[in-house]
Amino acid sequence: MREKVVEVRGLMKSFGDLDVLMGVDLDLYKGENVVVLGKSGTGKSVLIKIMVGLLTQDEGTMQVLGREVSKLSSKELNDLRLKIGFSFQASALYDSMTVRENLEFPLVRNVKGLSKGEKNKMVEEVLDAVGLSQTINQMPSELSGGQRKRIGIARTLILKPEIMLYDEPTAGLDPITCSDINNLINEVRENYNTSSIIITHDLTCARDTGDRVAVLLDGVFGSEGKFEDVFGNPSDQRVKSFYDYNFIK
Amino acid sequence: MADKSTNKEHFLSPKIDKMMLGLADAFSFVRRFFKEVWFPPYEFKEVIRQCYQIGYNSLPLISLTGFIVGIVFTNQSRPSLSEFGATSWLPALISIAIVRAMGPLVTALIAAGKVGSSIGAEIGSMKVTEQIDAMEVSATNPFKFLVVTRVLATTFMIPILVMYTDFVALMGAFLSVNSNESVSFSTYFVQVFEAISFLDIFSSILKSLVFGFTIGIVGCYKGYHSSKGTEGVGKAANASVVLAMFLIFIEELLALQIVNFIRLS
Ligand SMILES: Nc1ncnc2c1ncn2[C@@H]1O[C@H](COP(=O)(O)OP(=O)(O)OP(=O)(O)O)[C@@H](O)[C@H]1O
Ligand SMILES: [Mg+2]
Repeated sequence: MREKVVEVRGLMKSFGDLDVLMGVDLDLYKGENVVVLGKSGTGKSVLIKIMVGLLTQDEGTMQVLGREVSKLSSKELNDLRLKIGFSFQASALYDSMTVRENLEFPLVRNVKGLSKGEKNKMVEEVLDAVGLSQTINQMPSELSGGQRKRIGIARTLILKPEIMLYDEPTAGLDPITCSDINNLINEVRENYNTSSIIITHDLTCARDTGDRVAVLLDGVFGSEGKFEDVFGNPSDQRVKSFYDYNFIK
Repeated sequence: MADKSTNKEHFLSPKIDKMMLGLADAFSFVRRFFKEVWFPPYEFKEVIRQCYQIGYNSLPLISLTGFIVGIVFTNQSRPSLSEFGATSWLPALISIAIVRAMGPLVTALIAAGKVGSSIGAEIGSMKVTEQIDAMEVSATNPFKFLVVTRVLATTFMIPILVMYTDFVALMGAFLSVNSNESVSFSTYFVQVFEAISFLDIFSSILKSLVFGFTIGIVGCYKGYHSSKGTEGVGKAANASVVLAMFLIFIEELLALQIVNFIRLS
């Protein structure tokens, strides 16, 4: 049996009258890429925000690296967060800082006693990993959407996380850039030995990056397994329509 | 699952309830500031950067306004004093008016407009674009990095700017006094300093610290609680200015009462 890095059981979350997650179960094993699919507003982002303690569940358990996230002290939570890379849906680069300062931000705050040379080397290394070495002195506002996504991923890679959470890494990008990002996600897994959860509603991304896909339907995972099994001959109408609208046959 | 029906019942009317909740929220924001300001990590670099920003942003406008206020106030006061043949009191009158009231008030109002709105907008847009969440997941306390630094910076910088405004306004007034009453530079400043007491300077600085704190904390609070979307950012910036100005006037009134009380006793 492989090591489990994330275990979600019976997770529930609502905002006021709006029930978003209604009993979600999910496992992530070491070295695995799991894709979470679902329509807009089904709570995909909410799920991974609970994973890093940005939100707290109403009920159920969220175990990450063997710890229940909602029960951690703020010090323990910060230690856990350093092992998780969170790539935001809208990149969330710091507007007032250059690319270099963006990448150094998590580094200088969490790794003490680095020399300037070591810092530069680490920054260059992650920039190289996402293929954007030339942008080092640019401001985020000067970058394209795809470049911002990559810098966002680079910023999370700099602390060498064990788990990567990608929130819609390909949303709003052209097909070629999408496939570049998909390749990047696969490269990250190989080079950094990460286990990842990839949130998307892009089936090409799901097919190319996921070992396993799980479809979030009305607050629970309706269908789960290998891409071909889930979409090969879907019995659930909602899964089928998801597939039909995504691919032109 | 929690019983949601209770959410719908209001304690008083919905409006008053909302206002009370808002007040409680604002109060806990201020309390959080005083809880976090004492403990490391201290973001010195960011505080310095913010101080620089505040000075750089507001200096041109404050210089201009201060200077003009000095000239205008002097020219407006002259006729009433000359009716009693008391224009020689002009430097003393100007000095008291500027140091006690106009310097701090003018500076604080301008800073509320320039600095307060930019803090509200900046933090609001960081909130909306999830930059604050991004800080949190990289194990940095965003409250400390964004709020504490900015509030400290405004609290330190406003008194400095007030002293600067006082000086510029007094220079403006001197220009007017010098050309009309041909009072020399040294005579003018001797009279200026004779008119004000230690209490005047001390209370003016103390008041400015409070103004600075108000501008910083209001901007941060409004930004931190801005609603989603770009519209929310604009609203946060606007609300920061309005609320900060309102509070500054209230504080000015309170300060006046307190200082008068001390002066009498
Ligand atoms: N902090 C919050 N407060 C209130 N409601 C929220 C909050 N965060 C999310 N929601 C609500 O929860 C629902 C799910 O949001 P979520 O962002 O997880 O959707 P999503 O599946 O990621 O959709 P998308 O594909 O559009 O990103 C939405 O209806 C949203 O309005
Ligand atoms: Mg989302």
